[in-house]
Amino acid sequence: MLDTNALVHDFLNKLKRRQIEGSKATAKLTAELLRSVISQQRLPNTNQAGALIDAIKAIGEQLVAANPVELAVGNIVRRVLHIIREEDLSLTTSAIGGLSLSAISDDENDVEQDNYPVLSAAAVAAAARNALRAPSLQTLLEGVPHSAAVLHSNSSADDSEEKTKSTDKNSRSRKLKHNVIETVNDLIQDIATCHEEIAEQAVEHIHHNEVILTLGSSRTVIEFLCAAKEKKRSFRVFVAEGAPRYEGHILANELISRGLQTTVITDSAVFAMISRVNMVIVGAHAVMANGGVIAPVGLSMVALAAQRHAVPFVVLAGIHKLCPLYPHKPEVLLNELKSPSDLLDFGEFSDCMDSATGIGFPLHVVNPAFDYVPPQLVTLFITDTGGHNPSYMYRLIADYYSADDLVLQRKPTS
Amino acid sequence: MDPRRPSRVIDPKVRKVGFFTPGPPPDRTQSGPAATPPTQSPVSNTLSPVMIPPARHASDNLSRAVGMPVPAGLQLHAHPPVDSLQVGSYTLSDSVLSPSPTQSPSSRVGLDGEFSEDSVNWMKRSNSGKFAAVLPTGRDFTQSIEASIDENSGDLVAELPLQKNPKPLKSKTTKAERRALQEAQRAAKATAKVGEGSKSVATSATSAPAQTSKPVRQPNQKKESGPLLVSSTLVNEKKGSEKAVEKDRKKEMPPPRMQFDDKNRVEKAKKRSVVKQTEARNRVELFRHLPQYERGNQLSDLESKFFQLDHVHPAVYKVGLQFLTGDIMWSNTRCIAMLQAFQKVIEDYTTPPEKILTRDLTSKLNSSVSFLIECRPLSISMGNAIRFLKARITKIPLTQTESEAKISLCSDIDRYINEKIVLADKVIVGHAVTKIRDGDVLLTYGSSSLIEMVLLHAHELRRQFRVVIVDSRPNLEGRVLLRKLVEKGLSCTYTHINAVSYIMHEVTRVFVGAASVLANGTIYSTVGTACIAMVAHAYHVPVLVCCESYKFHERVQLDSICSNELGDPDVIAKVPGRRDNCLDDWASKEGLQLLNLAYDVTPADYVSMIVTEHGMIPPTSVPVIVREYGREHILI
Repeated sequence: MLDTNALVHDFLNKLKRRQIEGSKATAKLTAELLRSVISQQRLPNTNQAGALIDAIKAIGEQLVAANPVELAVGNIVRRVLHIIREEDLSLTTSAIGGLSLSAISDDENDVEQDNYPVLSAAAVAAAARNALRAPSLQTLLEGVPHSAAVLHSNSSADDSEEKTKSTDKNSRSRKLKHNVIETVNDLIQDIATCHEEIAEQAVEHIHHNEVILTLGSSRTVIEFLCAAKEKKRSFRVFVAEGAPRYEGHILANELISRGLQTTVITDSAVFAMISRVNMVIVGAHAVMANGGVIAPVGLSMVALAAQRHAVPFVVLAGIHKLCPLYPHKPEVLLNELKSPSDLLDFGEFSDCMDSATGIGFPLHVVNPAFDYVPPQLVTLFITDTGGHNPSYMYRLIADYYSADDLVLQRKPTS
Repeated sequence: MDPRRPSRVIDPKVRKVGFFTPGPPPDRTQSGPAATPPTQSPVSNTLSPVMIPPARHASDNLSRAVGMPVPAGLQLHAHPPVDSLQVGSYTLSDSVLSPSPTQSPSSRVGLDGEFSEDSVNWMKRSNSGKFAAVLPTGRDFTQSIEASIDENSGDLVAELPLQKNPKPLKSKTTKAERRALQEAQRAAKATAKVGEGSKSVATSATSAPAQTSKPVRQPNQKKESGPLLVSSTLVNEKKGSEKAVEKDRKKEMPPPRMQFDDKNRVEKAKKRSVVKQTEARNRVELFRHLPQYERGNQLSDLESKFFQLDHVHPAVYKVGLQFLTGDIMWSNTRCIAMLQAFQKVIEDYTTPPEKILTRDLTSKLNSSVSFLIECRPLSISMGNAIRFLKARITKIPLTQTESEAKISLCSDIDRYINEKIVLADKVIVGHAVTKIRDGDVLLTYGSSSLIEMVLLHAHELRRQFRVVIVDSRPNLEGRVLLRKLVEKGLSCTYTHINAVSYIMHEVTRVFVGAASVLANGTIYSTVGTACIAMVAHAYHVPVLVCCESYKFHERVQLDSICSNELGDPDVIAKVPGRRDNCLDDWASKEGLQLLNLAYDVTPADYVSMIVTEHGMIPPTSVPVIVREYGREHILI
């Protein structure tokens, strides 16, 4: 336990100090941290999944609070919770094949009163989603009783093993942990290789002699463009340098070393150049449930320009960037202001400050890190599972997150 | 020029009401109805005394007013029949303010703001002195030769009666026209002196056909291009003196700008150039038509040449160096610096013996202008100013003595600077300040001297507002403005262009300056302005463009690529305040280009209002300003 505490503490500090950058790195580290937490977590004999979920939630809450802007942390926490639930469910369904309906329904009532009084709506939604997940003719024909059974078994999955026979418990507890860790390992693997899967689709989107514009730097974008290049597509890339960090220079260097025709332009020239561009391909910081994108600063401008000239605006995003939250005022609430020293040297205006006679501090330097691109400006998302419309994002969320976990904060009463 | 388009002549009187023209523009009377042909546009004629042989006007008028059938000679030179002559004249009327469409092509280019290498070319040639009078008519001259090659040469005889035709009408012509006639005759004599092989053809051709071919210049060009190009090359081979035929043809194209992807012409331009420019490596494919040179080495080269450049006045030389190094960057200051240098040129000017001030001074100025272009491409406002100055020079009456002419020219320049820039700025500031209210958050981009004046004036009026300065590479000129404003105690927010959509939420108005306002309402301005306007438009924030009307231009432009200026690409590679730039050795990398655009074009629909000294207008009214006041600004 001490060990995990130290690990968590260390990670929290890093998050707070913004020492971990990039959603991918953060996601990977978070998943690894949670994996070690799970492996060291001692599980009680009863309600193992519930205990595990509680433990993960507690840590997840801290992690999210440490850097609320880095949505990847929350995403991974939710993914892990979802994994636990799924694993538990599969174990339960295999173990309790013929468990009586009545027992479960009792239990379900308990659960709803105990833990999820508020989230009952969410539970219903989850049930509906699960019903959705098996839209076979059979389920339709069998009608209400069957789907009700699914509903009950799902929403009460975490606690249902209380009712199971104690003889299974030992083997099952080990099995649960083992399964969860296995799946989390898969998740980490997925995060590590997501750009490869995205890059595989490059040929389908990039044609010969195309002109592509991108801004700033993103590993996914580099891999995507290079994959297309490797498939013998010859095209030209305009790289907007992406003030104030000028990561576009790094991207340009990388592309050049892979033999791509690259032109570096200033950010201000985006509007001038976009009329000659066939496609805008950019990375994202996070993708919201409504299909909006939290993107590196400057992309909102690019997206508007692309819309003006009817240029497809394609966002590459690994699935770990998919956030199940709907944004509210994201450009302010999900943004982060960086150091003004990126724009102006600290000493540069000190002489003016003295002479300034105005009330208060006359000079502010604003250096936000992210932009919000609303879904109507995004043409396409390319994720590791394929291309999706912005309007489809909410549906993807249902595949990767459990509706019970959308709110990570525990209620103050519990 | 007006009798050929009666529909246009009536228009302005109706439209004038809608705008804040305090009184009728001074030149309104000239463009009277078509019923009074003899008084037609004397002013525009006087703009180009050399190039406008009067006979054509007369004959033109004659054929229209009297309803005479078009003479045979006219048909010969107007390859398309008379109908297309009409069409041609109407298309001409579209270019509302082309200073005087009746001028011969070369004079038009010379006066135009567009300083293509063509115009430079012509300037240089005219520089050489003896051809000065010949060349304007040269094209027509060769055309007549072409005609004689193309068709039976007997037609040429038919022109001669045409030449006689106008004589009875001459008594009615205005003073200006008479003067133009004199000069045309002089030009004809000069051609005779040159004494080429086909002297007789030349003399007959220069005066009469010169005029007939002009009104149909545009249709001519389109329809002739096929067979006549061949014939013209034939002529070229035969007559060494007429190399310019091909060029003149191109010169007539609406945008007479040098296209730097044309290798032949770049080669030629290089031979002439004073500033030794080496072509930049790794040029961007899309911008091959724009000049891009290696930076850094011209300056020392030019400095060493100082004593060899005897035809460049030291004042011009100084300004040129300042342009080259970027010491003078803003369009207003550049324009003023240039005009003041020209003032010095004029002060120190003495007419060489056996030359005429108007012509020799123009060629002298042309060489100065071409030097400045080599240092840095001219801005549109500077083009307008030069156009004004040349118009003034050509208007100098022959009776005036040299010193008088010089004094009047200098005072004209002073007046231009004062009225068009200094006073106009004051009026604009007065207008713009009315749009600033307490509690406003004003966003501005880059650094414009005019916007700075507006903001400071509003501050003096004790308006409570906040300024957001958005800045961007390559120049980071917003810092200059920021410093000035902070020193004056304004509350400022500084950010970079990528963050504009973040900051736009709190902004209530956007004020930007402009390098030029084009006739289709687009704003040609520092690169990035379009982005700002676009984001402001998306957030429903009004965009106010402040621009003096001397920067208005009748050119139209749809994108930022066809016409632009390329800056030094090295600026992009170097990030200020960063030691290890990963693009330091960019030039050695195959396939990597850096693009440093200087301007971009803001579509008119992003602009809520353009503040000029004539008032606050929507972008759709720009052509009206160009038409109503543009002519006046040439005249003052």
